[in-house]
Amino acid sequence: MSNENVHKKLNILADAAKYDVSCASSGSNRKNTSKGIGSGVACGICHSFTEDGRCVSLFKILMTNNCIYDCAYCVNRRSNDKPRATFTVKEIVDLTIGFYRRNYIEGLFLSSGVIKSPDFTMERMVLVAKKLRLEENYNGYIHLKAIPGASPQLVQEAGLWADRLSVNLEIPTNTNLKLLAPEKNHPEILSPMTQIRNGILANKEERKKFRRAPKFAPAGQSTQMIIGATPETDRQIILLSSGLYRTQNLKRVYFSGYLPVNQNDKRLPAITRPPLVRENRLYQSDWLMRFYKFKAEEILTEDQPFLDLEVDPKLGFALRNMDQFPVDINRADYEMILRIPGIGVQSAQKIIMARRHRKLNSMHLKKIGIVMKRAKYFITCNELPVSTTDWAPERLKRKIISESLTKNRKLLDTQLSLFNDFKPALPPLH
Amino acid sequence: MIIYTYDGTFEGLLTSIFETYNRKNFPVDICSRQGEQKHLFAQKLDIHTNEIKAERVWKGIQNKLMGKNNQLLFYAFLSEEKGIEMKIYRFLRRLFSEHFNIETDFGDSDVLYLTQTSQKVKKEAMRMMQFVRFQHAKDGMYFCGIEPRYDVIPLVINHFKNRFADQKWLLYDLKRNYGILYENEKIEEVIISNKEFNTITGQVNENILQEGEEFYQKLWKSYFKHINIKERKNLKLQRLHMPRRFWKYLPEKQGIN
Ligand code: SF4
Repeated sequence: MSNENVHKKLNILADAAKYDVSCASSGSNRKNTSKGIGSGVACGICHSFTEDGRCVSLFKILMTNNCIYDCAYCVNRRSNDKPRATFTVKEIVDLTIGFYRRNYIEGLFLSSGVIKSPDFTMERMVLVAKKLRLEENYNGYIHLKAIPGASPQLVQEAGLWADRLSVNLEIPTNTNLKLLAPEKNHPEILSPMTQIRNGILANKEERKKFRRAPKFAPAGQSTQMIIGATPETDRQIILLSSGLYRTQNLKRVYFSGYLPVNQNDKRLPAITRPPLVRENRLYQSDWLMRFYKFKAEEILTEDQPFLDLEVDPKLGFALRNMDQFPVDINRADYEMILRIPGIGVQSAQKIIMARRHRKLNSMHLKKIGIVMKRAKYFITCNELPVSTTDWAPERLKRKIISESLTKNRKLLDTQLSLFNDFKPALPPLH
Repeated sequence: MIIYTYDGTFEGLLTSIFETYNRKNFPVDICSRQGEQKHLFAQKLDIHTNEIKAERVWKGIQNKLMGKNNQLLFYAFLSEEKGIEMKIYRFLRRLFSEHFNIETDFGDSDVLYLTQTSQKVKKEAMRMMQFVRFQHAKDGMYFCGIEPRYDVIPLVINHFKNRFADQKWLLYDLKRNYGILYENEKIEEVIISNKEFNTITGQVNENILQEGEEFYQKLWKSYFKHINIKERKNLKLQRLHMPRRFWKYLPEKQGIN
C-alpha cells in the first residue's frame, strides 16, 4: 500500500476527524487469545501527544468527509467548499494494522460523514471492524461511531465487533440542535443510545450465564456535545450529563469547546477562540461528580448557573461553604478529605492509610504530595495556626488566584490520566 | 562495621539480606560490587547470589505484603537509585519484626520513598508501552532501541508478548546494552555486538529497513500533524505528558523542532 493517493486522503480525513474529542482506549481487556495481533489494556494507553497537548491513543479517522447533511457547527457540512475524500474499507484496515504493528496506536476510532444514507454509511463502518476482527485476527481497540438513523440491526452488529460505541448528542438541548442541524433531533440520537445501553446490560447478564457468549461493546458507550455554540448554561449541561451517566450508563460524556469553523453562519456566536477555560471547568465538574462524590447541585446552584472561570469548581465549593472547613486531617472521613482543595484522590487515600500508623503533621502531608500552598487554608493537623484558616471567602479567593497566577499559568488539561492512578499492565514476578 | 557487597541483581540483594539475618551481623551498607566504594575502612563481606536463599526471603516478603503491593520492593529496586539497598533493608527489618502492616505508614520516610520510587518505576514502564516505536526491518523483525530511565524492559515483556504474539520483535535497551527478542512464541535475552542501528536514537540503518517502512513513518507523521488543532496550541501540556527525552525515538517528532 504505497501510493500518494492514500497519503492525500489521510491528510484530508485526519483533518476532518480532529474535532472529535474522545480518544480514550480504556475499558477493554480483550485478550489476544487467537495468537493474532492486539490486546486491550484496561486503563488505556496514550501513544503520543499533539501540539495541542491532546492524547493520541487511537487512530482517529473519518471514513469519509462527504456528507448529505448540513449541520451549522461542522466543517464537513455539505454547503462547505472543501476537498473531499473517502477511504475504502481495505485502506482503513491496512492503515490500522500498519500503525498498530509499529506500536503507534491502541486501535481504531472510526467515524464518518453520512454518504447516501445512514445505513449505507454504517454498513461500511461495520465492515471495517468485522474485517479487522475476522480477517486480520486483530484484538486491539475499536471505537465505532453509531450513525443516528442507522437500522438497529447494524447498531447491534457494530457492538459485536467494537469495544466502544458512541452516539453524539452534539448540542445540549433539542431545540437548539434543531436550529443548527435541521436534519437531526435528540429522540433520533437517544434511540440508538438506549439500544446500546440495553444491549450492554443484556450482554452482561448473558455472559454471567454463558462465559463464552460474544461480548457486546465491552468498553461501554460515550457521547459528546459542543459547548458554547448555543446559549445553554453550565448548570443545564452538568445536569444533563449527570442524567446521562445515570440513565444511559455512559462511560464518558465529552465536552468540546466550540471552534468557529464556519465563520459566516448567523445562527452561531461570533467568537474567534474556543472557550477552553469553560470546557476545562466542565471537565473538572464532571470529575468531581465521578471521582470526588460531589452532587451536581453542589457544584452549581440555581442562582449561579455558570461555573466560575477564575477558580476550579472544587475550590469554588470550598469558598462557598467555608463553614465546613477547616477539616481535621487526622480525623475527618474520606469524603470530606476529598473535598479539600489541593488534595487529590490518591493523596486522600494515602492520608487515610497513613494516619492509622501515626498522627500526620504538615511535613508528612507535604511529602505525601499535597499542595500545601492551597490546602493550608482548609485544614488543621494539630499544628497549623488557626489564623491560616480564618479568612473571608472573597479575600481568600483573590489571594489564591494571585498566588497561582505568579506561578505558571494553568495548563487546562482535559486528560483524565492526571486524575487516575497509573495502572500499567505489569507482569507479576516469580 | 560491616558492609555486604553483592552482584547487583535483585536475587543478590535478597541473598545478602538472608545472610544478614543468618549471621546476625547487621550491615551499615549493602552495595553492588560494581558500584563505587565509599566506605574505605569498613570490613567487607562479599555475598554470592543463591537462588534458594533469595527465594526464601521473597516468600517471606510475599506473606507479609498486601497482594496489590507485593512487587513494591522489586519495582523500587529497578530504579537503580543510589542507596536503595539500605532503604529496602530497613523496610524489611521493620516488616519482619512488626505485627502491624507497615507498608501504608507513609509517615515513615523509607516507606514513603520506596512507594514513590516504585511508582516512578511503574510510570517509566508505562512510558515504554506508550513510546516504543517499532521499525520493520528486511528480515521481518520489528525493532525498537530505546533508553528507559530505569531498568524497566523486564516489566513490559508480557505486555508486548501478548500484544504482538504473531510478529517477531526486539526491544533493545540502548543504555544497558541488552534486549528482549521475541520469536516463535519464545522470549530470549540478547546482546547485540554488530549494531546495525544508531545507538543514540535507535534508528535502524536505512539499507536494512523493510520496503514500506518509510512510507508508514511518513503517513504517521502527517497524521500526527493533521490531527492537531492549531487553535488549541498548548506545548507545555504536550511536554508534560510526553517528555522531551523520548522525542528522538518518535517518527512523528522527527524534522519538527
Ligand atoms: S452529519 Fe456529521 S459530518 Fe455531516 S454535517 Fe452533520 S456533524 Fe457534520
